[in-house]
Amino acid sequence: MLILFGMPIVQLLLFGFVITNDLKDVKMAVLDHSKDEYTSEIINKIVSSGYFNLVENLDNITQVDETFRKGETKVVLVFEPDFGKKLIKGSQASVQILTDASDPNMANMEVNYLQGILHNYNVEINRGKQVPNQIIPQTRMYFNSKLESVYMFVPGIMATILMLVSAMMTSISIAREKELGTMEILLVSPLRPLQIILGKVTPYLILSFINALVIVGVGYFVFGVPVLGSFALLMTESLLFILLALSLGIYISTVSNSQQVAMMLSMFALMLPTILLSGFIFPLRNMPQPLQIISNIIPPRWFIVIIKNIMLKGTGLEFVWKETLILIGMTAGLIGLSVKKFKIRLE
Amino acid sequence: MKSKISITNLSKSYGDVEALKKIDLDIEPGELFGLIGPDGAGKTSLFRLLATLLLPNSGSATLCGFDMVKEYKQIRNLLGYMPGKFSLYQDLSVLENLNFFATVFDTKIEDNMDMIRDIWLQIEPFKHRLAGKLSGGMKQKLALCCALIHQPKILLLDEPTTGVDVVSRREFWQMLKNLKAKGITIIVATPYMDEANLCERVALMQNGEILSIDTPDGIISSFEKDLYAIQGQDIYQLLLDLRAYPFANSVFPFGQNIHYTDKRGNVSTSELKDYLMSKGQNRIEIKKITAGIEDCFMALSQQNNVQT
Amino acid sequence: MNTDKKVISVRNLYKKFGAFTANDDLSFDVYKGEIFGFLGANGAGKTTAMKILCGLSYPTSGEIMVAGLDVYKQREELKKNIGYMSQKFSLYEDLTVFENIRFYAGIYGMSSKEIKAKADELLQKLGLVHARNKRIGELPLGWKQKLAFSVAIFHNPEIVFLDEPTGGVDPVTRRQFWDLIYEASRDGITVFVTTHYMDEAEYCDRISIMVDGRIEALDTPEKLKTQFKAKDMDEVFLLLARKSNYQE
Repeated sequence: MLILFGMPIVQLLLFGFVITNDLKDVKMAVLDHSKDEYTSEIINKIVSSGYFNLVENLDNITQVDETFRKGETKVVLVFEPDFGKKLIKGSQASVQILTDASDPNMANMEVNYLQGILHNYNVEINRGKQVPNQIIPQTRMYFNSKLESVYMFVPGIMATILMLVSAMMTSISIAREKELGTMEILLVSPLRPLQIILGKVTPYLILSFINALVIVGVGYFVFGVPVLGSFALLMTESLLFILLALSLGIYISTVSNSQQVAMMLSMFALMLPTILLSGFIFPLRNMPQPLQIISNIIPPRWFIVIIKNIMLKGTGLEFVWKETLILIGMTAGLIGLSVKKFKIRLE
Repeated sequence: MKSKISITNLSKSYGDVEALKKIDLDIEPGELFGLIGPDGAGKTSLFRLLATLLLPNSGSATLCGFDMVKEYKQIRNLLGYMPGKFSLYQDLSVLENLNFFATVFDTKIEDNMDMIRDIWLQIEPFKHRLAGKLSGGMKQKLALCCALIHQPKILLLDEPTTGVDVVSRREFWQMLKNLKAKGITIIVATPYMDEANLCERVALMQNGEILSIDTPDGIISSFEKDLYAIQGQDIYQLLLDLRAYPFANSVFPFGQNIHYTDKRGNVSTSELKDYLMSKGQNRIEIKKITAGIEDCFMALSQQNNVQT
Repeated sequence: MNTDKKVISVRNLYKKFGAFTANDDLSFDVYKGEIFGFLGANGAGKTTAMKILCGLSYPTSGEIMVAGLDVYKQREELKKNIGYMSQKFSLYEDLTVFENIRFYAGIYGMSSKEIKAKADELLQKLGLVHARNKRIGELPLGWKQKLAFSVAIFHNPEIVFLDEPTGGVDPVTRRQFWDLIYEASRDGITVFVTTHYMDEAEYCDRISIMVDGRIEALDTPEKLKTQFKAKDMDEVFLLLARKSNYQE
């Protein structure tokens, strides 16, 4: 019943809220070399549009990189020195729009909105003038200068595939033993639960790791997705995520008695959330608050942040330690739960 | 360690369904013991309890002196278990399956060849074939080898001959006899009444209760009434006529005969014959026979139903 | 048995799955009111042949007529004129006795009035009046089997196919089940039954035994025993089974 009626409703709500292409609360930083009335007005206009939030005022250009790597700020506005003077006296001045383009679609939108606002302001100040003053926006896309959407997809696909192979396959494999009856014999043998679990899980660990390598490899060699950060760190984090997915798979198998149940649980508890709520395709910051909160318990959400940071921004552990810790915590918790739930008997 | 099994007051329920109702049973070391009963008798539940796969609702049991609930680890080491439908890895070969189970029990095939040799010789020609592609009889033999590979003291076989062709069934029981000679205690659960005769002692089970425990001969000799086999031309009509006979106690078809018991102590076969002839029956033959296990089972279960 | 009327007529039935021949040149007839036993080891081809006769699958070749209908061209009509019961599936566990009867009878086109009248009659006969509104899942296996059979012939088909109907059932209930089969046969319903129990083979009017896809024997139990010089059907079956190529 729940599935027949609940599912469509849930899906509708999810999709409805998740697929929004409007901008909302974009965090912006400003590097204002000028700090005159014109720049203040522009900043005001941008902030009062409702789409952007001013979160930081930077002091020099070297800070931009770090701000982006931290991950919160998505746009930096840079005003050149003597902006106002240049605009009025020299009749043109430039503004730099820097965006975090690891999500190229969003970056594009942000740039368009900003350009729109700047243009409107431009028109306003030009009213009644004979010689128009021009504000020239220059855009620079950080981390993804060509706006390749594949940059966005590779991390997401990695998370999805690893989830699929590790979690779903593991849970189905163990559930199948229960269905076929071979689990009975394993249980009756001297094998300890840990040995049985390890035995079922290890092949998928290896397979998943190979998958991770292949995905990164194909991304790099075929699509040119860079691995700017440490490759070793990338693989280590992947291994961590694989372990997490495996323990999820084991946990699902302890509560499923048949392959069908395992598959259904994996589908709904893993695949759908991974695709919809992890930030893979649809950016998290556009979703309503409740969904954003829910997305926090979905492991791929954190993993994608980590991968994007390492691959596209070249950050090291210093910037992803928080996410890493979260993943470690989840893994430990799931392993603990699974061990507790794995029954040494049939009932 | 004596491989004796003692079961006391064992009960098991699944929700509202009582699968086992206060079972008491002792099985001697080295016995070839049969649990005989139809589906729903409780045979598989009993096995799963003994194999330490389920916990009882009440009662207890010891295997080789180890408590079924608390000392399950030791029991699992000395038990060989063959669940229904053989439970083999279909996509592994014969040899791979055997190797797997040997490894699980921390032993090697070579070390235990003596135990399984007779059976192994029959499946050796197929050792590289996938288990899923074997015939029923072959799967049965392989499953038996896998259960024996660690030289267990007790062997639990749950319906090993169900779904297997007639010839293989006979061969299987021959193998069991040979195994018994090696001193293993073997318990076989089967719905086939005729297989009871191949065991040393049997327990007849139905609806979670034991109807009788004895040697096959013992059970047969405890059949209370005189049993007659009646042959005629039209089985169905004969059935109806006999049931209509006022003194009829039990009337059951058994292949080409009808097994009949009378309410009275002394039966006059000529009287019976006359009655049947008067009904238009021809070529009637009435013989007194000894009861078989099936007759006993049916008599006991009728009694049981009357009591409950 | 009315040898004048054939309810099943099979000529040169072949069923192949790729290179494997499951049914190899089968030819036989079944007469009205007969209890016809269809025997054979697992894998001999019984279930395959039965499915074809029930209209559940197409033969590779051969002429097959069931209940006067052609198996190739009149499949849907065929299904309306037969009854079917197997060991694996019988009635819906969540529905009550009456609901099951009503459901199946409805499928075969009986009117509500007819159904109600006949259902009451049936329940009386089986002694299950008190169980009318009980869910099938709550009944003992023996009752389920008997009920399933009754439901299979509820719409008075010409022939009813029974696939191992008494597997795993206790000996007393088994025999009660055969009472029902005898009665149905008396009422003119032809019964086509497969079974593993050799004593049940003796209850049949005629038996066919399949080995490796072919029919190796077809006659009355009496004549088969004479032919093979055996004392019972068990022996006959063993003798034939030993001829199988699959003795590994």
